[in-house]
Amino acid sequence: MNFSEERAQSWRADLRSAKKAKERTDIPRVHMPELDPEYRSHTRVEEVNLGLTPEMAMLEAQRCIDCAKPTCMDGCPVSIYIPKFVKQIEIGDFLGAAKTLKETSALPAVCGRVCPQEKQCEAQCIHTKMKKEAVAIGHLERFAADFERESGNISIPEVATPNGIKIAVVGSGPAGLSFAGDMAKMGYDVTVFEALHEIGGVLKYGIPEFRLPNAIVDVEIENLRSMGVQFITNCIIGKTITIEELKEEGFRGVFVASGAGLPRFMNIKGENLVGVMSSNEYLTRVNLMDAANPESDTPVLPGKNVAVIGGGNTAMDSVRTARRLGAERAMIVYRRSEEEMPARIEEVKHAKEEGIEFMTLRNPVKYIGNEYGRVTHMVLQVMELGEPDASGRRSPVEVPGKTELLEVDEVVVSVGVSPNPLIPQSVAGLEVTKWGTVVVNNDTMQTAIPMIFAGGDIVRGGATVILAMGDGRKAAAAMDEWIKANN
Amino acid sequence: MNKIISKEYFSDNVVKFEVEAPLIAKSRKAGHFVMVKVGEKGERIPLTIADANVQKGTITLVVQKMGVSSTKLCALNEGDFITDMVGPLGKATHIENFGTVVCACGGVGTAPMLPIAAALKNAGNKVISVIAARTKDLIILEEQMRQYADEVIVMTDDGSYGTKGLVTNGVELVINREKVDLCITIGPAIMMKFVSLLTKKYEIPTLASLNTIMVDGTGMCGACRVSVGGKTKFVCVDGPEFDAHQVDFDEMLMRLSGYKDIERQEMEKMECASGARK
Repeated sequence: MNFSEERAQSWRADLRSAKKAKERTDIPRVHMPELDPEYRSHTRVEEVNLGLTPEMAMLEAQRCIDCAKPTCMDGCPVSIYIPKFVKQIEIGDFLGAAKTLKETSALPAVCGRVCPQEKQCEAQCIHTKMKKEAVAIGHLERFAADFERESGNISIPEVATPNGIKIAVVGSGPAGLSFAGDMAKMGYDVTVFEALHEIGGVLKYGIPEFRLPNAIVDVEIENLRSMGVQFITNCIIGKTITIEELKEEGFRGVFVASGAGLPRFMNIKGENLVGVMSSNEYLTRVNLMDAANPESDTPVLPGKNVAVIGGGNTAMDSVRTARRLGAERAMIVYRRSEEEMPARIEEVKHAKEEGIEFMTLRNPVKYIGNEYGRVTHMVLQVMELGEPDASGRRSPVEVPGKTELLEVDEVVVSVGVSPNPLIPQSVAGLEVTKWGTVVVNNDTMQTAIPMIFAGGDIVRGGATVILAMGDGRKAAAAMDEWIKANN
Repeated sequence: MNKIISKEYFSDNVVKFEVEAPLIAKSRKAGHFVMVKVGEKGERIPLTIADANVQKGTITLVVQKMGVSSTKLCALNEGDFITDMVGPLGKATHIENFGTVVCACGGVGTAPMLPIAAALKNAGNKVISVIAARTKDLIILEEQMRQYADEVIVMTDDGSYGTKGLVTNGVELVINREKVDLCITIGPAIMMKFVSLLTKKYEIPTLASLNTIMVDGTGMCGACRVSVGGKTKFVCVDGPEFDAHQVDFDEMLMRLSGYKDIERQEMEKMECASGARK
């Protein structure tokens, strides 16, 4: 059944006529219930967003007018059938809504939490064209996925008859998991190889528990397992096993989704002092290694005055983590103004509520340490906004001679990452850009080596969970076609 | 999970393990390391591979009790499992016929030097190993090293075995005696610093195998960064071996001590806990 046939079904038509569009658009957008900011800024793992109640979700779903041309779907990299699942929620068929989500998304409970919906589906919602707030598609997605999980009545997507064709996935982050899910649905024999000791990639080492609990990621991984996907941890393709060896073992296709790698630093004086670290290091210690838990052997330096350099979502995750670990001052240092910050508005809002200080139009130029090499201060250059640059944002310009000294005992540098170097280093014949990203055909995600496809941060250099998942879906469809054509 | 096949004490604080890891045994080369984690809440620590047996599917690790994680690892016995192990990581040692190579090893550094010495010998080099330690009991793998090296010079700080003196005294002895084309050094950072200062004086190309703090070990966290020739490098993917004369050892020593206070507290906690159980 195609989308318009689905939409023409009597239950959908009846629902549309049951309430006028005007009445629907007049309903105010739901507010996500949240933990109290003061309480949550001292609790390490409790989730900030609490989720909608069934009543809230059903009311919010009424706001959707079930457009003939659902533009919201154009904004979704994994093409979730948005109007259908929203209308299923409206009639109280929450399990049906969850099933609809899982037709195209391997990780709905994750996406419902961490997708920047305001830039994707919700940005294209018809409400925004009427100068009204978009339907809270993300909140509804999370609601349906959570409802299904908590009901214990978890549906497993339909899987085609096994075709016996072995496919390898390098990396178990969002791109790899999304690819694995789609290939398993098409009947392939999928094995995911993960370098770390935990499955989930950035969902585990990067995004903190207060935004995405690990238990939720684990349930999505279990779903993939029940679809037949196999996972092997502590195995690095290109190091432990080569691509050649995978071929010898009968693997017919490889999807490289090895993710982000080396953190970028600013190459300023004192950046290697003790207490200055990348957000990757800070978040990996706290999230993957659980360093703040007294039971864990991995240490994390306790910071009282913590500065996080950068204005992206990772910077927000780091600074809010520092606050939760006991920082008296947890500060964002960002060279532009708040308006240009790439972080989600919701993250900025949450951070501010939790007492995070925003030191915008400031750029670090030097770190100063004590006799033990531990950072004690940083020198900030005061900036102002100049002409717009290539990104369209007004570029920061130094205010001559204006600097400030700031007391810090911990600095987290969150100014971006380069792609992981392991695969480009170890696979001969792979075409790589000067930034270290793997070159692919944008329509198929196929690399210069026909059996190898790639997606996510190893191709994009640094993007979002949902764009990585979109790559995974695209690569799965294209690899399926390529394998069939070359059989 | 990787099973420990055998365990041997070199001294009270130094243990040799043979661990089941068939894939790593097959793919590793001299200079590679593995990341090891003991227990669900364990820390990931880097250990350079000392040897491998492809037929048996095992690798050899030599571990010195230093902090919480290495002590927990050393407490494991034959038949126990190491919770997580991944590798081989890092870049393999570049091996060619350089001529005469001096291998300067301090303490447990002799263990990761073994496969390098073997590979160098295989490539036709004259290999002279200087193995040094504080005292006689801490000299390890001397016999094994003699299988590969044309000459082994033993140095102890207290003169209890071999010649009394530091590793640098042994290296300088060789330099004054014959032409040395390359020096490779593995050991405590402070020792490598002084080997590097010595060979710089004589303008002998020198490689140091660095053992920094790592979290993931796979090119992600940047905890292992060092300054080499004024540029930031990552030991896990750019190393572990670097041109010793370009390495900022003082900065490396400072970074290595970053978690010393926390480590000391944790050790005390662990010792208290094990004392209470006795």
